[in-house]
Amino acid sequence: MPISYFLVLSAVLFGLGVVAFVFKRNIITIFMSIELMLNAVNLAFVAFARAHNQLEGQIFVFFVIVVAAAEAAVGLAIVILIARHRGTLNVERVDTLKH
Amino acid sequence: MLLLDYLWIIPLLPLAGAAANGIFGRRWPKKIVTGVALGSTTLALLSALEVAREFFGPAAARIPWTHSYFTWISAGGFRADFALQMDQLTLVMLLVVTGVGWLIHIYSIGYMADDAGYTRFFSFMNLFMFFMLVLILAANYLLMFVGWEGVGLCSYLLIGFFFLKQSATNAGNKAFWVNRIGDFGFLLGLFLMLRTFGSLDFAAVLPHVSEVAASPAGQAGWLTAIALLLFVGAVGKSAQLPLYVWLPDAMEGPTPVSALIHAATMVTAGVYMVARSHTIFLASPAAMQAVAVVGCVTAFFAATIGLVQTDIKKVLAYSTVSQLGYMFLGCGVGAFGAGIFHLMTHAFFKGLLFLAAGSVIHGMGGEQDMRRMGGLRKKIPWTFWTMLMATLAIAGAPGFSGFFSKDEILAATRDVSVPLWALGVLTAGLTSLYMFRLIFLAFFGTARYDERKTPVHESPRNMLAPLVVLAVLSVCGGWIAAPHLWGGANHFDDFLSPVLAGPSPAADVASAEPEGLLASLLGAPVIAGLLGFSLAWWLYIRRPKEPEKLAQSLSVPYKLLLGKYFVDELYDAVIVRPLVWISGFVLWHIVDEGAIDGTVNGVARAATESGDHLRYINSGNERSYAAWIVLGAVVFTTLLFWAVR
Repeated sequence: MPISYFLVLSAVLFGLGVVAFVFKRNIITIFMSIELMLNAVNLAFVAFARAHNQLEGQIFVFFVIVVAAAEAAVGLAIVILIARHRGTLNVERVDTLKH
Repeated sequence: MLLLDYLWIIPLLPLAGAAANGIFGRRWPKKIVTGVALGSTTLALLSALEVAREFFGPAAARIPWTHSYFTWISAGGFRADFALQMDQLTLVMLLVVTGVGWLIHIYSIGYMADDAGYTRFFSFMNLFMFFMLVLILAANYLLMFVGWEGVGLCSYLLIGFFFLKQSATNAGNKAFWVNRIGDFGFLLGLFLMLRTFGSLDFAAVLPHVSEVAASPAGQAGWLTAIALLLFVGAVGKSAQLPLYVWLPDAMEGPTPVSALIHAATMVTAGVYMVARSHTIFLASPAAMQAVAVVGCVTAFFAATIGLVQTDIKKVLAYSTVSQLGYMFLGCGVGAFGAGIFHLMTHAFFKGLLFLAAGSVIHGMGGEQDMRRMGGLRKKIPWTFWTMLMATLAIAGAPGFSGFFSKDEILAATRDVSVPLWALGVLTAGLTSLYMFRLIFLAFFGTARYDERKTPVHESPRNMLAPLVVLAVLSVCGGWIAAPHLWGGANHFDDFLSPVLAGPSPAADVASAEPEGLLASLLGAPVIAGLLGFSLAWWLYIRRPKEPEKLAQSLSVPYKLLLGKYFVDELYDAVIVRPLVWISGFVLWHIVDEGAIDGTVNGVARAATESGDHLRYINSGNERSYAAWIVLGAVVFTTLLFWAVR
């Protein structure tokens, strides 16, 4: 299979993630869209690694997964705190920096 | 070993005295302070006398002597050395400054004995001696300028000596500021000189004036400019019109200061400088004319003000301005030797007049107003007789020192300009009038003070001794030129002639016909002096009520004189107030607060306000951040593609 298939799929997934990130209001959903974008990038890494017959891309994927796991841990902790303090998961209502 | 080779010792001695007393004097007992101050000036005087002995003896062949101790400034083609010199003119000044300075130091020990600022006073006096000696020993204009500014500083410090008195502080400031104008002119003159001659050394400038004047490049005009600018400096320092206003106010200082700085030495620095630069002045007839006219008009102008002053020191102050005018008149008509001669005799008799006035004030317990004196002749006879000698000398009584010097100036003036001569003779009459008015008001008639409350006492011996020495000098100081009267040589002019480039043409004419000289020239000033004396006698002894009536019948001129021609008020309205307004309104409120503060505050405000507006980008809305990031990423990626292509 030519690499372009993988890349197109990766781009579509990334685009979906971006759109969801910008337009969704629920923090959890936004979080999931970040994961989606990260994994779209992972797919591109793996595809390039295979096409060029090199290992670095695959290794990089592991790093991304580790970072994503850490990010999920910290991020979910923040989400829980926001939910406790504000009683909502709507990002549009978490805008106290503005005032 | 000749002391001349160690000439730097002479100025250094008073400097050491000033430094020692200034730094440690506060902790020393009074006797040590006195010893240091008087010791350093005594040693300076002895050194000066030794140099004078060598001058006529073993070192005669080496005159004019110059020595450069080290290079002070070296920048590009310009070089100024710390260099001293010795010639006839310097020797005269050196002996006058150290001699009169020494006498006044002795006098001050008695006069200042009970003053809390005793140590400070002597420290400043020694410092003044140092700068004055630098001024006259310097071998280039720049070093001379150092001394010139230094004596100005000491003058300021000593005028404002009683700094708790507002008027004394103001007088000190006034002297300093008025002198700035003159010093600015002097400095500009030095810059022009540097441009024209490429050096400020006397030896590199003065002998080459005629070459510059003769050069085809049109340098002669620059010489006039240099001469006039130097004269502006002299006008400031020597209190001539229109910058004389500081000197009468300078009488706020202690009386020995008035005698030393504001009569005998510092104020004559301008005359010395003009005489020193005589080749430049001689190359410019216009500058010579300016010097003569300013000198003569000042002499007359100040003498008229002196007629109505009631403060004994103010009379002497205006008299000093007037006599300095005579010196410049002498220089302006080419009789530089006569100007210096008058400088010397004036140092004797005016120094004496001030010291005697100080003795009167001391005896009266601080009273300076002549209207509250009278009849002091019997009570303080030593002061009276010495002061009378000085008065006869300044009035030009035949045989006294002032007679020779003043008549020499007037004789030289007559050959140049008859109107100036007439004004000079008139001034001689006025001089006699105001001086005898002072004598008659203070020493004759009846006492106009409460004799029980004010026990008048004669001053202590250490104050009277300098008076006696100066009285002898006031009488005999002019005899050196006496043979000139009966057609012989004028020894003083002859002595100075190696420096002052030979006697002026005017003097030649005068000595050619001694009989005509005796009859027509010497006659007029003496007769004017006699008339002045008679008028004073008639007004203040014979008819003591007359002056008041005269003041009433001539009320307009009287008030004009009493108000000192309202020059101070004029300067206040024309210069001081506009300056205060400009600095207060334009410079402070518009330039400083408006432009400078405005720029600084404007930049700060621009930062604050732009931040104020930009902070709304920080909306706190996460999705808008995300949108910005996406937008940025899209723009960046597009640009990247563009670049790759």
